[in-house]
Amino acid sequence: MLTEEEKHEIEEEFKLYPYKSAAAIEALKVVQKHRRWVSDESIKDIAQLLGITPDELDSVATFYNLIYRKPVGRNVIHICNSVSCWVMGYESVLKHLIDHLGITYGQTSSDGRFTLLPVQCLGTCDHAPALMINGDLYRDLTPDIINSILEKYQ
Amino acid sequence: MEKILLPDIKNLHQIDVYIQNGGYEAVKKAYKRTPDEVIDEVKRSGLRGRGGAAFLTGLKWSFMPKNTDKPKYLCVNGDESEPGSFKDRQIFEFNPHALIEGITIACYAIQAKAAYVYIRGEYHNWIQMLQKALDDAYARGFVGEKMPETLGGSFSCNIYIHKGAGAYVCGEESSLMNSIEGKRGYPRVKPPFPAQFGLWGCPTTINNVETISNVPTIINKGWEWFSKIGEPRHPGTLLFGVSGHVNKPGVYELPSGVLLTDLIYKYAGGVPGNKKIKCVIPGGSSMPPLRGDQLEGVKMDAESLKAAGSAIGTGGVMVMDEDTDLVRVLARIAKFYKHESCGQCTPCREGTGWMLKTLNRIARGEGTSSDLDLLTDVAKNIEGNTICALGDAAAWPVKFFIQRFREEFEKAVKPEVSIPVANKIHSMRNTAVPLAEIKK
Repeated sequence: MLTEEEKHEIEEEFKLYPYKSAAAIEALKVVQKHRRWVSDESIKDIAQLLGITPDELDSVATFYNLIYRKPVGRNVIHICNSVSCWVMGYESVLKHLIDHLGITYGQTSSDGRFTLLPVQCLGTCDHAPALMINGDLYRDLTPDIINSILEKYQ
Repeated sequence: MEKILLPDIKNLHQIDVYIQNGGYEAVKKAYKRTPDEVIDEVKRSGLRGRGGAAFLTGLKWSFMPKNTDKPKYLCVNGDESEPGSFKDRQIFEFNPHALIEGITIACYAIQAKAAYVYIRGEYHNWIQMLQKALDDAYARGFVGEKMPETLGGSFSCNIYIHKGAGAYVCGEESSLMNSIEGKRGYPRVKPPFPAQFGLWGCPTTINNVETISNVPTIINKGWEWFSKIGEPRHPGTLLFGVSGHVNKPGVYELPSGVLLTDLIYKYAGGVPGNKKIKCVIPGGSSMPPLRGDQLEGVKMDAESLKAAGSAIGTGGVMVMDEDTDLVRVLARIAKFYKHESCGQCTPCREGTGWMLKTLNRIARGEGTSSDLDLLTDVAKNIEGNTICALGDAAAWPVKFFIQRFREEFEKAVKPEVSIPVANKIHSMRNTAVPLAEIKK
């Protein structure tokens, strides 16, 4: 069941479009904001609100990189693995994260604190390498500043 | 040189500063003319799209049907997901009102009552910046119902921000419309073109953020003024995003036709350690790369880059020095397109995977010279055989990296050994004659 708050936030998005179904991405994001990820049950509930079938909504949910259809940790690290970041030292940053957190892509640390995911370019190639944690952007990274960034996220 | 998009004015993102500097005057001027006159002004200016295809903006606007009962829409493409591109970001941050004012003029020209600005989901900060500017513009009556009171005339329109959720293909115009409609971001077969059958089946124009942000200045200063900036066949200033091995990476607004070498050495500060340049991708990761020894005299505009064997794309310039491993660079680019292929067309869905596997094999030192031909062959079979340009975008880097840096790729692979046995599998068994002996 969607909470009243979730329903209200999704219904606010309807105002932007002539058809409710256009709010699909935002509706998924609303639920993800409150529950960290989008479960099968949520898909059914949101689809009903949007007036589309759960399958249609799931085809949207699984299409986009930033919608999580599996549980994630309290904080999600998206590290840019595209060409400019790679050229500027992405691999050393990734290695540090993997060594430090003991997880690799697609995994969540055992304390549930971090999930590590790749992202296809963050549009900040002039400050490469870059990563994003829960929407906060960190740029011009070197392995030695990673730990102090991670400290902010418990 | 006068800058149009990113002038050196402090706090231009604030609505009061924008107004003090002549902001929202162009829209008033435009609304005193007929929509056709506005289209004509933009057509004559020679403004070309800044999203990759460099199509004439005024001409695109003129494709919108005049007599229709259906609502019309403007979509503004701020998906900006091509690796190496980060220019629209600067407009959201430093000059969002030029974009908003440009949208109100474009909407009037094509008589659209609603515009959707599509911004990629990864741009959290920049979405908030544009939303703040948009809220301010609404509050002052520059957008929305109050427009006739504030701007004169009777026209009004609404502007909405539609946030993506991470999908490169949504920068393709028909995919972008599907994404706004709340569907998977699958590109559509064209024709019908968006001007006939676009968003929700209604007439739609799609323009890039940078393109639209030029419009207020064109209205204010006239088409003639604009058409004289830079290279005549691709006039105006362009936002060049320079990244990779340069001392001062960043976004530079310069007249079109600026020399690529000036952009790298004069503006972006040259290469760290004064190393030689091995490779430059001039327009975002899908554009054909140029060799470091072929940069002299190359100008940065659509026609000149075409003549040089590449394309302007989004103006995202990626510089790689002499120590860069291009096999691994190409494998990285291939990985991107494999991940972002939407899967609709078989050549792209399967081909991008093949190319990545083959490149990874070469990067591991296990490739043979026939792999290079295989890669070129797969790339040729993707190119032109898919619904949208993502297929071409995936094929071009593979095709041209191998063609233009053949010697480096040859070095990375082993020569193909012709094995005089009927069955290659047999030759891999322990009992088979070792390859080295066959070669003798």
